[in-house]
Amino acid sequence: MDNSEQDNLQRLIGSIDEVDAGLGAAGYIASRQISTAIYIAHHLRKPILVEGPAGVGKTELAKSVAAWLALPLIRLQCYEGLDESKALYEWKYGKQLLYTQILRDKVGTLIGDADDLGTALTRLHAFGDVFFSKSFLEPRPLLRALEQPRGAVLLIDEIDKSDQEFEAFLLELLSDYQVTIPEIGSITAAVPPIVVLTSNSTRDLGDALKRRCLHLHIGFPDEQLEARIIASRVPGIDARLLVQLVAFVQQLRGLDLKKLPSVSEAIDWARVMVLMHTSVLAEDMVRDSLNVLLKFESDIEAAAKRVADFTAKARQAVAVNR
Amino acid sequence: MSAPRPASPESIRAAASEPLRRFLQVARGAGLRVSAAEGIDAARALDLVGFSDRTILKDTLGLVLAKTADEKLLYDETFELYFQRDEFSGANDPETKPGPEARDLRQWTRDISHGMGGSGGQSLSELLESDDRAVLAMAMEIAAHASGIEKIRYLTQKNRYALQILEHMGLRELEQQMAALRRTGTPDAAARVQLLEERVERLWDTVRDFVERSLLLYARGETEQFRERLLKSARLANLDRHHLERMRVLVRQMAKRLAIRYSRKRRRYQRGQLDVRRTLRRNMGWGGIPFITTWKQQRIEKARVMVLCDVSGSVAWVSQFLLMFLYALTEVLSDIRSFAYAGSLMEVSDILENHSIDEAISRVMAAIGFGSSNYGNALADFEQGWMKHVTHKTTVIILGDARGNGTDPRTDIVGRLAKRAKRIIWLNPELRSAWGTGDSDIYRYAPYCSLVRVCSTLSDLERVFADLLEEAA
Repeated sequence: MDNSEQDNLQRLIGSIDEVDAGLGAAGYIASRQISTAIYIAHHLRKPILVEGPAGVGKTELAKSVAAWLALPLIRLQCYEGLDESKALYEWKYGKQLLYTQILRDKVGTLIGDADDLGTALTRLHAFGDVFFSKSFLEPRPLLRALEQPRGAVLLIDEIDKSDQEFEAFLLELLSDYQVTIPEIGSITAAVPPIVVLTSNSTRDLGDALKRRCLHLHIGFPDEQLEARIIASRVPGIDARLLVQLVAFVQQLRGLDLKKLPSVSEAIDWARVMVLMHTSVLAEDMVRDSLNVLLKFESDIEAAAKRVADFTAKARQAVAVNR
Repeated sequence: MSAPRPASPESIRAAASEPLRRFLQVARGAGLRVSAAEGIDAARALDLVGFSDRTILKDTLGLVLAKTADEKLLYDETFELYFQRDEFSGANDPETKPGPEARDLRQWTRDISHGMGGSGGQSLSELLESDDRAVLAMAMEIAAHASGIEKIRYLTQKNRYALQILEHMGLRELEQQMAALRRTGTPDAAARVQLLEERVERLWDTVRDFVERSLLLYARGETEQFRERLLKSARLANLDRHHLERMRVLVRQMAKRLAIRYSRKRRRYQRGQLDVRRTLRRNMGWGGIPFITTWKQQRIEKARVMVLCDVSGSVAWVSQFLLMFLYALTEVLSDIRSFAYAGSLMEVSDILENHSIDEAISRVMAAIGFGSSNYGNALADFEQGWMKHVTHKTTVIILGDARGNGTDPRTDIVGRLAKRAKRIIWLNPELRSAWGTGDSDIYRYAPYCSLVRVCSTLSDLERVFADLLEEAA
């Protein structure tokens, strides 16, 4: 284990406040809960399972941690049918085949003077499993994450989309930071990666997996946090517009919609506003750009009825906040 | 807390373990499933962050202990209940900081628990007069544990425990002292008695509050389990409305369990049938020499279900739960089409898909429910509108008591339906002894159904769906 690298990380993640500041510098405005989770996950060496609605920054969290700690981000996108040959390793069949062809003569001379089959076999055995060694191994994301000399941030995205078998397969990696390759043996991480798993709860994850992880639920942020997030992502935004915009989005989340507008949609919307050089939330403007916030026709219809009301209230929010 | 704590790890661990252990016990009692490994994680995490910041403490334990949305809610409640110890203002969590006065107090409580109140340290009267809330709170907790408050289970035990706690704190001696004071009769003594009376009154209230909270803390998990068992086996028609919320949770849980069990296998290998294309591809690395063989796979189809629910007065309740169950199972069933009937029949799939289940059900009921049933009419409606969609893969579930109020049962339609569909399951909420009596036509329908079942409790429902999924897998 590389101690100096480990110490370095240890120093960077010294306290919850430092996590807060570090993520902030990487452009991720974290709630206290999120910083606490990162801090504890690192010190207990536990993976974090992040759940929450789409677009609240689950994936972004992993990216920002990687950016802050200057570690490589290794991402594994899960889907139905994902198996270990795509997630962990694959033998380089082509290379194996090519090498056996090239080395055929060499092998021939080596065992050419053997008297019988037994001796020939013994000689061959002496070379070990040359064709099943690490140089013929094609590492996939999980193995790559373990092999990084300085540690890594491993993002296992949308774990709920993978099959149950794959979830079980992950258990060894998540609890011991090692994987077993039958032909080679167990490979243990030089520096344990920081593992972030995300899930949209399309299916329930197994208890065994959950037991091995810390569980962080990221919900929609409150008004102040959301304003800070948007301000950091859309730097040019007018302060008054920002408050109004956030107030509007927050009201929208109170409606019974198929898909509630998330932080990422709010950021997109703020960008649209900035592009259009608006400085005050105007009703017709909101109506025209509602499709940035809402992704279903029925949602847009439902929200359109309340636009006038919400815009008026959002404008008042400024007065209150001042 | 910002920097690592200067104190030695041992001392921190010693301070953390006892309150944490008790909290874990409480959390388990409240229904959180906390494994031993998670308990250890919690202790390690607490070593890191300490007890000093309440929000960090809460977030930290939440990360380790609560792992679903439901559990998070439960955890929040439990945490607030357990760490809410501010009834004596000024008492900032006495357990974590046992200072010197606390040790005196231990001595003192040991004395009074041996019935020597007043002879050792302070008596209850002195405590009350000095009005030191931190010490009082501490005394109450110690007395509470001496009287075994963790074992409280029922509402009716509240007063008994409150009295026991007060007695452990030295109530008897206090009463004797007050009686003695009254006998002396001086104005000074009278004033003291009045002061003590007021303070005892307040102490009573505090202790009662404390016991009530303890009841919530320690007894909730168990009472809930008991109630769940009861609700699962209770006849749906007899259930009170106020159980509805709990029933919904139960239905979701049961459905989820079934879904997990049956969503696992989506494909089945057919041994003996070589998949030539995939075998060649897999063995490209060996120049196409088939070292590894791949067999053909058969995708396991999700069960297609059409469900006809009687929503007339007598059976409406059961229908509601059937629909709830069905829609909680969408993960493992595909193409659920639901129909509601009473006097006539209509498709309600749209309503159920586009609204939350509670609202949808009330809409369905409002549209068609609570009339008197006419099975003949309803079946004729179905044949006319939807019979053509029934295929050999469809399972048709009919829920109803088969009491058509003397109208023509139209068993011929059920016969035609049986020929088209994979099978018909008839669920009857009536007890078997009532079948065939009066206007019940159940025995006339039965020959066309592959399964006729009594279905009056949640457990019955669960069994039906388990069978259904079993056969599909």
